Amino acid sequence: MKRLLTTILVIGLFGAFTAPAMAAPEDELKKFRSYFEKRFPKTPFNDFINGVYSIDPASRAQWEEIEEFPPYELNLDKGKKLFNTPFANGKTYASCFENGGEGIANRYPFFDKDSGKVVTLEAAINTCRSANGEKPLKYKKGAMADISAYMHYTTRGKLTNVEVPNDPRAMAIYKEGKSQFYAKRGQMNMSCADCHVYNAGNKIRADLLSPALGHTTHFPVYRSKWGGMGTLHRRYGGCNKQVRAKPLKAQGPEYTALEYFHTYMSNGLEINGPGARK
Amino acid sequence: MRKTATKIVLSACSVAVMTGSLMLTPFSTASAAEAAKSAADKGKAVAVNRKQGNCLACHAMGDGTLPGNIGPALVNIKLRFPNRAVLREQIWDATTRNPNSIMPPFGRHKMLSEEQIDQIVEYVYTL
Ligand code: HEC
Ligand code: HEC
Repeated sequence: MKRLLTTILVIGLFGAFTAPAMAAPEDELKKFRSYFEKRFPKTPFNDFINGVYSIDPASRAQWEEIEEFPPYELNLDKGKKLFNTPFANGKTYASCFENGGEGIANRYPFFDKDSGKVVTLEAAINTCRSANGEKPLKYKKGAMADISAYMHYTTRGKLTNVEVPNDPRAMAIYKEGKSQFYAKRGQMNMSCADCHVYNAGNKIRADLLSPALGHTTHFPVYRSKWGGMGTLHRRYGGCNKQVRAKPLKAQGPEYTALEYFHTYMSNGLEINGPGARK
Repeated sequence: MRKTATKIVLSACSVAVMTGSLMLTPFSTASAAEAAKSAADKGKAVAVNRKQGNCLACHAMGDGTLPGNIGPALVNIKLRFPNRAVLREQIWDATTRNPNSIMPPFGRHKMLSEEQIDQIVEYVYTL
């Protein structure tokens, strides 16, 4: 019965996403959210920010203990220091962002009307650097992940608020991100949605699959497997590799579009990054 | 010269192996069953190998430990799949039966050889 229900839901969801008339992103967001709310009736909406722990009481207690002495503390200190250290020209990151860069990560990625492009927080950090004559940082880990972690930390508690304005250029990027999310890929022929929508809560071998709703709120994350911090695009690459698909370029157009769609789907959920994961 | 010698030795060997197997066949009446068993054993090895079938990622299967639960437990396969071709197709390309299946198309995407798929079919029929 449960399986049947799920199948009906999945078909319903799929039908909606492939409907010929392009549904407004707001409608898709509502359906996305209610799919997970029905699938995990015991999880309060704002608890989805905790990823797999929002649906797995068994592993939650242990994780909460870890979060009490978070392994990313050192990275936050480094990130804060980097954020406040002046560039060679005397300016700091604060000069590039609204509100001096504090408490603003919930509005990323955003669509920039002037360039017609979507800007992620990490891309904005590098744009700030080049505008001030500094070399760009690498996107997946290291200083970039630490600065992003700090900027998310100052945003904790604010609600994810990504806008898809009624501009054909923004809609095109949103659609590209959506197809990145639902398209099957790699030798194993699996989509993000196969694992994190249709099978969220199921086990792949010993790993419980987290719901995609809330995925983006706790990034960057410190993973014991990585022995350090990693950005969302680092994780995308890892999930591509798992299905024997070639990882795409961090901050390339595909992952940027994917992040735009993926984060939009978590609108209304609190930012709680950085997070700690296995 | 040495090369030729090796070649001769090698082909002599393979002739021996061939005649050996040819001779064995008529002797054993249970040979078909034995061949199936040895195929099933090989199939099991491929099925549980994480780099090959990795079926346990999604299915409870035989005595395999720590199975996932994305797909149904593989039990009563003979009853569920009286038609061998249908079972083979499920493994060769699961999207034939369910276009949105998460199960990898092991044959269509050349993740396993045709022979390995036959061996897995043999194994799965023992479940
Ligand atoms: C083969 C199954 C599979 C596929 C396909 C897959 N993932 Fe994952 N993903 C996992 C597993 C397993 C984990 C670790 C457990 C968890 O948190 O879900 C994970 C973790 C994640 C996380 C981290 C969650 C957290 O709370 O730290 C994100 C984000 C993510 N995946 C996004 C994606 C995206 C986007 C795609 C498509 C590009 C994708 N995944 C494709 C299996 C998959
Ligand atoms: C990533 C998940 C996954 C993997 C790996 C996987 N399967 Fe499946 N399998 C499924 C799902 C889901 C189904 C349910 C039907 C469907 O959607 O295709 C299924 C269905 C089946 C069925 C039909 C069962 C029935 O009772 O109807 C058989 C047989 C089967 N799989 C065999 C295998 C074998 C053998 C392997 C390894 C070589 C394998 N599967 C690997 C997910 C998987």
